[in-house]
Amino acid sequence: MSMLLYLIPVALFLGLLGLGAFLWALRSNQFEDLDGAAERILFDEDAPPPR
Amino acid sequence: MTDSALSLGRAETAPEIDPAPFVTQDADGSDALVLLVDGIHCAGCVQRIEKNLSLLPGVRAARVNLTTKRLRLAWDGAATDAQTLVGALTRLGYDSVPFAAETLSPDQDREGRRLLRCLAVAGFGAMNVMLLSVGVWAGAFSDMDGPTRDLFHWVSALIVMPTVAYAIRPFFASALAGLKNGEMRMDLPITVAVLLTTAMSLFETVRGGEHAYFDAAASLLFFLLVGRYLDRQARAKACAVAENLLVLQGATATLLEADGSQRALRVSNIEPGMTLLVPVGARLPADGEILRGRSDLDASLLTGETMPQAVGPKDKVFAGTLNRTAPLVIKVSAAGAQTLLAEIVRLMDVAGQSRARYVRLVDRVARVYSPVVHLAALVTFLGWTFLVGAPWQQSLMVAVAVLIITCPCALGLAVPVVQVVASGRLLRRGVLLKSADGLERLAAIDTVLFDKTGTLSLGRLKLANAHDLSDDDLALAVSLAAVSRHPLCQALSRLRPKIAPLNGVAEHPGLGLLATTPAGELRLGSRLWCGATDAAGDHYGPELWLRRADGTFARFLFDDVLRPDAAETVAALKARGLAVELLSGDRVPVVEAAARAAGIDAWRASAAPSDKIARLRELAAAGRKVLMVGDGLNDAPALASAAVSMSPASGADVSQAAADYVFQGEGLGAVCEAYDVARQSQRLVLQNIAAAFAYNALAVPLAVLGFVTPLIAAIAMSASSIVVTLNSLRLYRMGAAKRRKP
Repeated sequence: MSMLLYLIPVALFLGLLGLGAFLWALRSNQFEDLDGAAERILFDEDAPPPR
Repeated sequence: MTDSALSLGRAETAPEIDPAPFVTQDADGSDALVLLVDGIHCAGCVQRIEKNLSLLPGVRAARVNLTTKRLRLAWDGAATDAQTLVGALTRLGYDSVPFAAETLSPDQDREGRRLLRCLAVAGFGAMNVMLLSVGVWAGAFSDMDGPTRDLFHWVSALIVMPTVAYAIRPFFASALAGLKNGEMRMDLPITVAVLLTTAMSLFETVRGGEHAYFDAAASLLFFLLVGRYLDRQARAKACAVAENLLVLQGATATLLEADGSQRALRVSNIEPGMTLLVPVGARLPADGEILRGRSDLDASLLTGETMPQAVGPKDKVFAGTLNRTAPLVIKVSAAGAQTLLAEIVRLMDVAGQSRARYVRLVDRVARVYSPVVHLAALVTFLGWTFLVGAPWQQSLMVAVAVLIITCPCALGLAVPVVQVVASGRLLRRGVLLKSADGLERLAAIDTVLFDKTGTLSLGRLKLANAHDLSDDDLALAVSLAAVSRHPLCQALSRLRPKIAPLNGVAEHPGLGLLATTPAGELRLGSRLWCGATDAAGDHYGPELWLRRADGTFARFLFDDVLRPDAAETVAALKARGLAVELLSGDRVPVVEAAARAAGIDAWRASAAPSDKIARLRELAAAGRKVLMVGDGLNDAPALASAAVSMSPASGADVSQAAADYVFQGEGLGAVCEAYDVARQSQRLVLQNIAAAFAYNALAVPLAVLGFVTPLIAAIAMSASSIVVTLNSLRLYRMGAAKRRKP
């Protein structure tokens, strides 16, 4: 059972990592334009991305 | 669908809008402008616009939002200006309309993000606690010892307490606001259940007991937040489309300075005494008096009258009328709060107050539900303490179990899930559901009131006596009419779009057209203009006269075209047991003809806005629930005072703002469709509520008798939520089944 002592923190840490990533994405406006994001992946030029 | 809406709206906005008055300042000092861009469909468009505009000197940012079809530009005010950038966009082939900063609602946006953050936190908490709880449940059947279980409970407590503290805020705030107004909302039992569950589980954990319901508290919050977020999202989408439609109609005014120079001006900045230039195809931005020019004004949005009025110098003109044939210079007599438009808005506010008292079905249920549940818990506590003689800790435990098992989860989900599915279905059909309780109110109606011009009809004129006219006359008239923007002339030229306009046709606004040919003089216009002396027939609609080169006449009669499926829709509404009435500001014969064509028996003509409200009050006093369908400014107060209201996307912005539903496209079928969806939704909501109550009737006795364990609570709760959600999703299949039927 002693493995629980580090398995639980590891599981929680991974979960928090996911939550943090989501909140960061939300804060940096990545959920503003979901349709646009799906299309932007088709930009196939190597030109610098639009500012 | 958004695209069709855009192109539909564009026909309404003829003149170019000067973007300069809409420019705002960013925090970093650059100028910024939000534009609604027509015709963005794909990655190619996005890339072309962003790349080309970014390359222009001075531009700091150009970012397209494909979801909302809006482009945000930021640039260095010293290096370039709005006009140049919008011009560049137009040269790329995209028409655009500027957004006024105040119409973009950041509050709504912030609210959505707040809910999403709460949802993310609750989701994290629920999943991790469930992970531990499944361990505890499995442990109960195997060899988990007490200390390990306690450890799991402690970890759960550490996860759930911050989660609940963060994610309960939307419910807590709403419950508190409700209490302040002296009402019990659904959010109150939700808040109480979650807080009590958490507190009791903590108490149990400290004691080392096995009845910890942390997972129930976290997943309850998670489920409810999902429902709430989806609900809000669906409405936000409908509102964004509605905003786009509105901005297409918003425009600037052109100010004529004393030295003759012109300047663009926001409509909200107009003041009495200013001199404005009103180009052809623009709506008058303010009430005033004509200084120079003759034209025909289309007042159909204002009064419901189909026939344009000829106006000249010294005539009084009103904001909201459309200038049809020639530019006008007007002196503003009233603006803002003093215009006829503002008067209508004031009528509307007063009318709308009655509606604010409507109480949503869930909240009506909650009024009964929360006292009963809280009382049941109290009785359980007292019963166990005094009748059974149990220690108070145990009694409290059972009482809280009652609160948990009667979890308002199914009730809290009953409405939002149906709402989401319904508004999604309506959105695909081009119907925007704007108000939260619009479906409930629409499902309850028994009377439908239609406005005529622009609602039952398209507000577009059609030649009525084509079979009486010779082809030569028609061709001759069209060759004259092709040069004019008068609605009657346009109706004529639509008949023969290929006929080339005659050379040297002169337009005399308010009178008619004149062309001199070798054979003689040709005239097209009013009876007076042509000098016709024929006895008048019995046609009451608008008419045009043609004077041929030899001095003889031909007469063209016009009717307002009903929407293609108007009669069909009226019949369908009647078949559903609804009374249908027509209420119009237009003249008696015209309204009578339209009523007959649409199959409506009860009609009233020459109705002023206050008459329309009076009729609605009369119906309301008789206990009728009325759906008002209207598009004009004159309908706006009626729209606000009816039990529920719909407005076509081609309607005035005020009406669209007042209406609960906005529908797009030429057909009226949307009215029927919306009513059907509302009825089906209502049935599903009632089923859901019944299911929630049936579940409670089974579970509460178990809880009162003290048989509930955390595992049973979790299973019962999820099962009831899933049943309610699946039942709501049937609305999709109902729609699909209907479409399959021919």
